[in-house]
Amino acid sequence: MKNRLKILRAERDWTQADLADALEVSRQTVNAIETGKYDPSLPLAFKISGLFNKQIEEIFENEKNGG
Amino acid sequence: MTKTTDWKNQMNLQTISLAKWTLAWALTIALATFGPTFIWESNTWISFTAILINFGIGLGMILANIRHLNTQDELMRRIHLESMGLSLGIGVVGGLSYSILDISNVISSDAEISHLVMLIAITYLISLILKVRKYK
Repeated sequence: MKNRLKILRAERDWTQADLADALEVSRQTVNAIETGKYDPSLPLAFKISGLFNKQIEEIFENEKNGG
Repeated sequence: MTKTTDWKNQMNLQTISLAKWTLAWALTIALATFGPTFIWESNTWISFTAILINFGIGLGMILANIRHLNTQDELMRRIHLESMGLSLGIGVVGGLSYSILDISNVISSDAEISHLVMLIAITYLISLILKVRKYK
């Protein structure tokens, strides 16, 4: 699954550690999501969408069906 | 942007708690194992009490491990889960093969439970390291 997490984070000038703190996960988890190595659970995806004030579909994109 | 990270404090507290329970468990194992020989000269009731204490602390360690896992974030929980699954599988398959090797006298020495525990622990440790590196 592709995502725009890195872009959204950069737009706000947040570090991975900042985002990790806000989401209450480790920096490693944020990095793994950004690099596409790990797909977050639905609750975490909702938390991310709430934090950036965007719909989940605006942040995450299913590579198989192109969204 | 950075907000108070209470979950980090919780995670650290649970890690320290797990370390204490594990240390206590290891010490009571040593006491129950070597006590009859070096301290109380094979008194059955003292040995039984030492084993009971060890068992009780072992249960405490299991609960501390569960609490520790519950404070981890979802990626770490997944890493631990996968490592536990692998350790359990290797433990069962490897343990039974090892036992059959003993029963069928392919190996001359007796199969020791401590070897199985070491196999499970080493598998868990290696798996944990590899999976943490994988998601880095």
